[in-house]
Amino acid sequence: MTEKTTIIVHSGDFDKIYSALIIATGSLSMGMDASLFFTFWGLERLKKNGIDKGKLSRMHMLGLGKLMVKSKIRKAKVASLQRLLKDFRELGGRIIACEMTMNIMGIRKSDLMEELIDEYGAVGAYVQEARNSAVTLFI
Amino acid sequence: MNEEIIDVRGETCPVPLVETRKAIRKASPGEIITIIGTHPASKKEIPMAVEAMNLTLLEISENNGEWRIRIKA
Repeated sequence: MTEKTTIIVHSGDFDKIYSALIIATGSLSMGMDASLFFTFWGLERLKKNGIDKGKLSRMHMLGLGKLMVKSKIRKAKVASLQRLLKDFRELGGRIIACEMTMNIMGIRKSDLMEELIDEYGAVGAYVQEARNSAVTLFI
Repeated sequence: MNEEIIDVRGETCPVPLVETRKAIRKASPGEIITIIGTHPASKKEIPMAVEAMNLTLLEISENNGEWRIRIKA
């Protein structure tokens, strides 16, 4: 059995999306499988052009903090979220969108980056992924 | 024998590791891949990934903060 990392992406915060995508692409790079289950505020990030639209979890300061962090990210030559998402898909990572969140928040499939989503699932989809995962995180 | 060169000098976490993995996925068995980089943690992590995937680490060298890792897919 290939080892797997499964992450629940509950937060839509910019910095936490970074953590989730870096851990997930890192897992794929180290030879593991990886799945991301986007739910609640995290699902907002799967909206078209939404991946980098989250606030900072701390020191957002009406967007000023985020601008500063983004500028530091560029200076440190850290990959963009768009690039990490593309790499995640290219290395075979799976993306599951939470259907319940879609119902609660009135999000339609056509609002989302459908080309990236492998499955629209509920808790059972997560549990099926997690039961075979060496690493599972809630971010 | 084909030899693939992956130049990730100046790139930081997780790009060197990700680009190495992409090259491994594309390589045919036995193909040699050379990764050239400067990110210190990746110099330790790429060999860990190579071992986890049961591939062969051929050589690691470093000169003035620039390292080269040769692996066999």
